[in-house]
Amino acid sequence: MIFQFIRRAVMQGVPLLYGSTGEIITEKSGHLNLGIPGIMYMGAIGGVIGGFFFEQSGANFDLWYIRVLAVLIALFCSLLASCLMGLLYCFLTVSLRANQNVTGLALTTFGVGAGNFFGGSLIKISHADVPTVTLTKTSSCFSAHLKFVDKLAASADAGKCPKILADICSVLFSYSFLAYFSIVIALVAAHVLMKTRTGLTLRAVGENPATADAAGINVNRYKYIATCLGSMIAGLGGLYYIMDYASGVWSSDGFGDRGWLSVALVIFSLWRPNLAIIGSFLFGGLYIVHNYIPDLSMQAQELFKMSPYVMTLLVLIFVSIKEKKEALPPAHLGQNYFREER
Amino acid sequence: MSEQTSVETGSGSGVKADGRVPAIELRNITKTFGEVIANQDISLNVYRGEILSVLGENGSGKTTLMNMISGIYYPDSGEILIDGEEVLIRSPKDAFRYKIGMIHQHFKLIDVFTATENIVLGLNDGRYDLPAYEVRVKEICDRYGFVLDPKKKVYDMSVSEKQTVEIIKVLFRGADILILDEPTAVLTPQETDRLFNVLRRMREDGKAIIIITHKLHEVLSLSDRVSVLCKGRYIGTVITAETNEQKLTEMMVGEKVDLNIHRSDPPKDSVPRLVVNNLVCKNEDGIEVLKNISFTAMSGEILGIAGIAGSGQRELLESIAGLEKLESGEITYNNPATGAAEDLRNKSPRQIRELGVRLSFVPEDRLGMGLVGNMDIIDNMMLRSYRGGRGLFLNRTDPASLAEKIINDLGVVTPGAKTPVRRLSGGNVQKVLVGREIASAPTVLMVAYPVRGLDINSSFTIYNLLNEQKEKGVSVIFVGEDLDVLIELCDRILVLSSGQISGIVDPRVQPEGITLKEQIGLLMTKKVSGTEETPAGSEESSSAEGKEAAND
Repeated sequence: MIFQFIRRAVMQGVPLLYGSTGEIITEKSGHLNLGIPGIMYMGAIGGVIGGFFFEQSGANFDLWYIRVLAVLIALFCSLLASCLMGLLYCFLTVSLRANQNVTGLALTTFGVGAGNFFGGSLIKISHADVPTVTLTKTSSCFSAHLKFVDKLAASADAGKCPKILADICSVLFSYSFLAYFSIVIALVAAHVLMKTRTGLTLRAVGENPATADAAGINVNRYKYIATCLGSMIAGLGGLYYIMDYASGVWSSDGFGDRGWLSVALVIFSLWRPNLAIIGSFLFGGLYIVHNYIPDLSMQAQELFKMSPYVMTLLVLIFVSIKEKKEALPPAHLGQNYFREER
Repeated sequence: MSEQTSVETGSGSGVKADGRVPAIELRNITKTFGEVIANQDISLNVYRGEILSVLGENGSGKTTLMNMISGIYYPDSGEILIDGEEVLIRSPKDAFRYKIGMIHQHFKLIDVFTATENIVLGLNDGRYDLPAYEVRVKEICDRYGFVLDPKKKVYDMSVSEKQTVEIIKVLFRGADILILDEPTAVLTPQETDRLFNVLRRMREDGKAIIIITHKLHEVLSLSDRVSVLCKGRYIGTVITAETNEQKLTEMMVGEKVDLNIHRSDPPKDSVPRLVVNNLVCKNEDGIEVLKNISFTAMSGEILGIAGIAGSGQRELLESIAGLEKLESGEITYNNPATGAAEDLRNKSPRQIRELGVRLSFVPEDRLGMGLVGNMDIIDNMMLRSYRGGRGLFLNRTDPASLAEKIINDLGVVTPGAKTPVRRLSGGNVQKVLVGREIASAPTVLMVAYPVRGLDINSSFTIYNLLNEQKEKGVSVIFVGEDLDVLIELCDRILVLSSGQISGIVDPRVQPEGITLKEQIGLLMTKKVSGTEETPAGSEESSSAEGKEAAND
């Protein structure tokens, strides 16, 4: 059971990892994008829309290239939707100089509302009896994983190989490509941020845009690119949730508070994507651990669901006691930059 | 003293007799901001291997002029020539291309980055190889005699180290025309000397250096020529060796000014106003920042406090004002109204203030303490009087008239009393701060660095204000950086070294063998006997500074 728990925890963690990697990149540019929950929601519904119409077109999912195409279409639509959200955020905060907090919260409300609107429309088009959109075929493409894990499990059941080996393989290799991709993205992001010139520049923009500006860096361009890229990565979290974790079933407000968990995870991981990997699995585990403890009352379950936030608070307190400058958020996080202002 | 001082005015050809072409030459530069003329018809030039001082009061257009060379502003008319050829400098990038590097007054550094990361920020020269960059930074340091660890984070640095990073930043980009905007405003005398040695070495290396300043003795000791600006106009250029402080001041201010501080003798009926006995104070890390401080501040005298930055000056003043927790020791205040001796230790900062003990501390960023940048002058006055209103409503009339009075009396340049303080220039901010404390008719006035970054006229306004207070019988405690001023202004000078009093000097008495300034300088770095090994310091950097200074 412990292996199954770990496996579920990782699957819970993947959307959070996407969300917080995206948010870390965004925040490193000085943008406190509180629209992340809305953006992840839009990323999910974008993929659903793409997948829905592709399935409706009656394509033959037995063909391998149709399955690849289905994945690509859903990916493209998801990225497009979340990128548009990121662009909107940048346009409002950079070009129109709106307050970042207000803009972010508005985007969250907007993203959830728009997602529910499109989802509802799809339900109406499909004449479904239940208030859900079900994309079984597309989901099966997304949740495809290595076959040998299943074979190993079967042979373990038949007593042909040790159970522990099958379980370990299951914990390590049984996820879909988007799950592994989330770790790759987090590692790449960590490397770029700390070891490359681009990362140095991006961090400079978030720390002190006036200094970056004086050094000849195009601050606005970095903010736009980082925010849009971050949004697209976060949107993938929504897509993964629907297509793999929820097996292609979309329902209104089905995403829960995972968006906010991602934002909390950013703080928990001290703005370091590589720490976010571990953090996301931890958060994922804490989020579902109540299912694995027998005889829990309803109240106790909610307490367990709360634990990731409590841990974030503890980290915040610990970090502020330590006063280590590197563990603090970017100095200009949440503040807009205009060159003329003194 | 030569009577014939050659003053070249007007544009001039710029080519020296020996046929050398100036590294950079400005011809008839004019720049206006709306109605305001910031620079009018300014012409000057610098040769390679030369240091030119640009001298002028606050607001005389020095920085505007330099910003045009470094590409931040673009001139309305006039031309800039580099090595004899006319160039257009439209952006800081263009300036880099012409190898012009400007070191701004306010450092543009990123706290969480190392020195090297800050230096290479925004540079694009192929592979990003931090260790290789660090080696190159080290090379530049060795070449010009900088002391800097390339791996040190900026938040661990002292002000002078930060400045070093800024200078290396432009050298790293290959700059050979350097512009320094008031580089010494925030440095201690020792740090200033070290900077000047570095600049001299750069001059020998063939770089053209422009230094903006309003400290006359620096101009005289460092530069080869001086160009003087006054109210946006070009007054003239003189050769440093052929001029003196008085003449330069006249050029700069446009009239004869009195450069002497008139120090009156303390009154005969001077009484002890504030008695500090065996004061001990620890900082957050448990290190003693003040050790056994004992002194008496008399009424009607100015007690100067000298010391290397971070030797405990701030803690001392804050202890008296009730802002710092005392470890042990006594502070007794002899109340002139009642004649009673009051113990300040168990009084709140507000009660201490109401007794007439006032503190005005001008921090390095000028706005950090005492004033709220986003509020206007009237509101800042009210920070001291907000309890005075009756009932639910604040009394705004009195602060408003006080604000007007300060603006008029001290000549604060502001569009009005309702302008946010952060929009005022540094000198004017300080006048507001000091003016507010003086206006409350204090009995003990503590001022720290009140002339930080101020030009000569504003500085003397402040000195005169302090002298006025002294003559009214106020006990003035003056923490200063400029030893010359301390010697001329104060009646006694208390020297702090690593949180201890290393000596009390009477500036009227000339010591034997050495100058008074040298005597104070020695006391500033003297290790007081009985000190434990742990160096005291309010900031981490201060102990390091102290050691370096001691090595000098």
